[in-house]
Amino acid sequence: MDVRLGVDIGGTFTDVVLETPAGLTSTKVLTTYAAPEDAIIEGMNRVCAQAGVQTSAIEQIIHGTTLATNALIERRGARTALITTEGFRDVIEMRTESRFEQYDLNLRLPDPLLPRNQRLTLRERIDAGGEVLIPLDPAAIEALADQIDEAGYESVAIGLLHSYLNDSHERQIAEVLARRLPQVTLSLSSEVSPQMREYERFNTTIANAYIKPLMKSYLGRLEGRLAEQGAACPIFLMHSGGGIISLDSAAEFPVRLVESGPAGGAVFAAHIGARHGLDRVLSFDMGGTTAKICLIKNQTPKTARVFEVARTYRFKKGSGMPISIPVIDMVEIGAGGGSLAHVDALQQIRVGPESAGSEPGPACYGRGGTRPAVTDADLVQGKLDPDNFAGGSIRLDEAASRAALESELGAPLGLDALEAAFGLTEVVDENMSNAARVHAVENGEDLSDYTMIAFGGAAPLHAARLSEKLGIRRCLIPPGAGVGSAIGFLRAPFSFEATRSVYVEFSAFDAGLVADTLAELRTEATDFVRSCDAHAPIEAEYKVYMRYRGQGWEIPVILTAQQAASPDMETLKALFEADYTTLFGRTVAGLEIEATVWAVNASTPTPPVETLPPLMAAAGSSVDVAGTGATRDIFDAALGQTLRAAVVPRDALATGDRLAGPAAIFEDETTVIVPTSRRATIQPDGCIDLSAEEEG
Amino acid sequence: MASTVSKQVMWNRLISVVEEQAQALVRTAFSTSVREAGDLSAGVYDAQGRMLAQAVTGTPGHVNAMADAVPHFMRRIGVETMAQGDVYITNDPWEGTGHLHDITVVTPSFKAGVLVGFFACTAHIVDIGGRGFGADANSVYEEGLYIPIMRLMDRGAVDQTLLRIIRGNVREPDQLVGDVSALATCNEIGHCRLTEMMDEFDLADLEEIAAFILDNSRWATLEKINALEPGQAAGEMWIDGYSNPIRLAVSVSIENDCICADFAGTSGLDPKGINVPMVYTKAYACYALKCAIAPEIPNNAASLAPFEITAPKDSIVNAVHPAPVALRHVIGHMIPDTVYEALDQLLPRTVPAQGAGTLCNFQVSLRPRTDAPAPTHARRSEVLTFNSGGSGARPWVDGLNATAFPSGVMTMPVEATEHAGPVIIWRKELRPDSGGAGAFRGGVGQFMDVGAREGHEFDFSAMFDRVDHPALGRAGGGSGAPTTLTRSDGTTMRGKGKQFVPHGQRVAMAFPGGGGYGLASDRDRALVREDLAQGYISEASARDVFGLSEDDIADALEAGRLGRSVK
Repeated sequence: MDVRLGVDIGGTFTDVVLETPAGLTSTKVLTTYAAPEDAIIEGMNRVCAQAGVQTSAIEQIIHGTTLATNALIERRGARTALITTEGFRDVIEMRTESRFEQYDLNLRLPDPLLPRNQRLTLRERIDAGGEVLIPLDPAAIEALADQIDEAGYESVAIGLLHSYLNDSHERQIAEVLARRLPQVTLSLSSEVSPQMREYERFNTTIANAYIKPLMKSYLGRLEGRLAEQGAACPIFLMHSGGGIISLDSAAEFPVRLVESGPAGGAVFAAHIGARHGLDRVLSFDMGGTTAKICLIKNQTPKTARVFEVARTYRFKKGSGMPISIPVIDMVEIGAGGGSLAHVDALQQIRVGPESAGSEPGPACYGRGGTRPAVTDADLVQGKLDPDNFAGGSIRLDEAASRAALESELGAPLGLDALEAAFGLTEVVDENMSNAARVHAVENGEDLSDYTMIAFGGAAPLHAARLSEKLGIRRCLIPPGAGVGSAIGFLRAPFSFEATRSVYVEFSAFDAGLVADTLAELRTEATDFVRSCDAHAPIEAEYKVYMRYRGQGWEIPVILTAQQAASPDMETLKALFEADYTTLFGRTVAGLEIEATVWAVNASTPTPPVETLPPLMAAAGSSVDVAGTGATRDIFDAALGQTLRAAVVPRDALATGDRLAGPAAIFEDETTVIVPTSRRATIQPDGCIDLSAEEEG
Repeated sequence: MASTVSKQVMWNRLISVVEEQAQALVRTAFSTSVREAGDLSAGVYDAQGRMLAQAVTGTPGHVNAMADAVPHFMRRIGVETMAQGDVYITNDPWEGTGHLHDITVVTPSFKAGVLVGFFACTAHIVDIGGRGFGADANSVYEEGLYIPIMRLMDRGAVDQTLLRIIRGNVREPDQLVGDVSALATCNEIGHCRLTEMMDEFDLADLEEIAAFILDNSRWATLEKINALEPGQAAGEMWIDGYSNPIRLAVSVSIENDCICADFAGTSGLDPKGINVPMVYTKAYACYALKCAIAPEIPNNAASLAPFEITAPKDSIVNAVHPAPVALRHVIGHMIPDTVYEALDQLLPRTVPAQGAGTLCNFQVSLRPRTDAPAPTHARRSEVLTFNSGGSGARPWVDGLNATAFPSGVMTMPVEATEHAGPVIIWRKELRPDSGGAGAFRGGVGQFMDVGAREGHEFDFSAMFDRVDHPALGRAGGGSGAPTTLTRSDGTTMRGKGKQFVPHGQRVAMAFPGGGGYGLASDRDRALVREDLAQGYISEASARDVFGLSEDDIADALEAGRLGRSVK
């Protein structure tokens, strides 16, 4: 495969990356909300022209998009109904019956995706053993079909209790609706997310149903437009789990496209990590509104089964809606270049999650913003070149930044503009490092063994300070950091993860049942991958979620193909206890173990990555450079003082060049800040290596 | 300058440390009350035992109790005898957090051989022996094993004698020992993070950062309090109780630098286990006041100090040893509504109407049927569930449907509950017309029907209130609907205590709604129409209570049938 196109539709920009044997060509086009395919076409034509390639030469297009996420956040989905078990109409509205913010007397809960009168019920019941307690009445299904028809629903979600154990009732309803109302799209909870816990399963199924007509029509339109432009090649979609699936699978299960952009970023970081032979990578992606942090071990991003989208209250856990699909596990906090600062009742500086966005933007954009954003603080501390921001397309107004910092933070706290700027960045850097620390603890990891890979427009400004705070000794800033997700799409394997809830108590371990479950999941997952590539070898990864009986949290345990084919209780137990000890320091004697969820991830192998020798202290392979003599005053947070720093354009640096901090490496999209504690070394692949000075 | 910013950074870090500590506990605990419901607490203290930060968890019930606990440990253990590797434990209801079912573990934190602070955490465990979790005891001696403040670990060595005594006295010894281990582990995680932070900022002790946190918190809290108009007001609320109805009475006074709440006039002790130790009363009274007055100021020794809570000894909110206290939450959860009855007179249009208050929890003890031969698969099982009624309407917005207040605990998924034992939840959905009418409607409660799988019978242990005393509205708002519970043969059941349910029978429950705010006639007509279209109110209520026109009723019913909005 010689010519491939990666396309990432983000909230502000659509990033397009063309890969040819000659290398990567990328561009950014403003996202065209009304017809997102327009920006793709424009970007495609642009990169093809730059690279001198015909669109007809493109052999594969890999696409990721925030459209699915945005449709959920902005509630722009189809007219959708839920059909559920009688007595359980309000599951998605009652949630966990708790408040995500304890001290707010005027708290408002997020509206459920479907209002109450779009949630319909049928009398039926399956028990926790999968047995039918109350059979369905065919006449009642017919009557409900009449009601759905009359009400004009475009899409229907079917979610019944315990359907992950027995899907017969869901199928029976689907058959009647498919016959009676062929124009209505259907989503079954036993297919979309066959996992125990009705709130998560129903909500995920409703989300799928809600965005299905929209995504189906968009993907169909896109395919046609691209073909018109000469790009009649196969199109694949990035999914939240970090792999790619066929256009048809994506149209059937669009909820799996949620968060595909950030997943591409994690794949990008994993690829860079592989190139540099790194086993433990902290991926740090900081853009305009949020920062995303992900742990990558052995070149594989960590995954999870449930995550939350559309948080409505300061990114607070519980204020969004749960989606249970295989997903790359990351923490996202409201910390980006546009995050705004204020002083609270405790006379403390608070930053984010409120963001200035692109309109009006930070004060320095000169578009009417009067409140200080992270970018304003970076500018005042000398970390940005006002004349060369975003390739010179926006001239930054430092006086406006100073005024905003002085009035909003300086006046109440008695600080001058520089002190306020320092306080602001310290707070946002601390917020991000706290999020990284908590995420690491939850996963039983010690970050001091990790290498950071930083990308996204704001990350290179903050990566070194974050490394200092987290005790991370080495950080890599790859080239193309501004379009990392789209590059990541080109590095992702075909993959699909199939999951199912099957309760297995180890006191009654049924090896046959376990082997059969895993074999069925393998077939299901493999079939999806096969639909993308008829010939590639397919690898399967087996995962079982286990816990002590009585606990509420499972931990994932990885099985080999051999262990999956002939499962053995003692082996599974030993694997679980080893992982439990890693996470929590000890096992608990005398308690029974149980497994709740089984998963198989099928994927094509990622092409082998050529490992680069690290260019660091090795004598002869690197040269100290002092820059061109240009300098700038930059505030060094760790030392708490302003220092005269060398200023070097990135393209003036060659492989092997070393630059001691304090320094700033300017490029079109951003600036890499090298504090006194770090030294930058240019790697053969163009990555900038920021390592702690004592090692350099 | 840098030091002010770095102190702020350290304060944020300490809050993050206690959140990590709490998270580790949730993930390793065994009791459903901790891992599913979030009934736990974690905090960090300076060497003087002053609480510097506390995790925001599922329960405000530990707010003040946690702040008070560490000084008790320092006094009982003796600071001079403390050593690295020590871990201390108690479940003393009066020096811990209010009942024997809460285990508190405290770990001293040493740096370079010097005691620099403490970590403490508390978790609600499901069984501590005795009569089992319920209101039926006549004294604390019947409620289970008592562990005085003592060493769990002495310089790293676990007290095996204590563990044997614990194991020998409880119904689920493995789980309890697992929970105790989780408590010790989470303090250890907190200690490691604190050490890292002190290394990073080159601190030898916590004195300077403690002073910064406490001074700022005190100052900010006092500023909030002193911005209020001084005054005094009394409030009262009647609730069901166990043996007799209970009067909760409080007098709240806003003074310079202080807000006082005194519970004089409150009913005396109940013979059964619903009495409340003072620590728990303080926690909920303080929580209520903080929500209304200084919600954004984190909990610590200084931000809690200006709230002075008092109650007469031997009133039901200041029960002393050996009163039975196992279900102290049933009364404790009603304290915020009581405080708001008084506070509403001092701070108009600030606090909500009364709500369901107490969580609607019940425990089901299943066993093979005894009235006829039981099938071989039938088994014994204990299933505890947490559920919520509606919260009170707010001055400018409706109450929350089926959402806990003041407690913040979570319900369990029905599918998970049905895996926990041979129980079937036949119904769990919102209860229309249960929210008190008003310009702003009370949150609606919920219906729940529970039965056993074929071949089982069960005892049903009820822990409900608001059967005879529904949540009252405010400013002319209507009352929420009361709690009701009946057996499927039509027998009315009691709101509290253990009751038998024979094979084939179910229990049908309706949990209470919150009170309304303002006059129903003042409710925006569009909201009334939408409530009817969505089925939060019935046609009869729309017509008779809210006075909706016949045309509007017809429109709303049609919209309801077609899944349309009429807002």
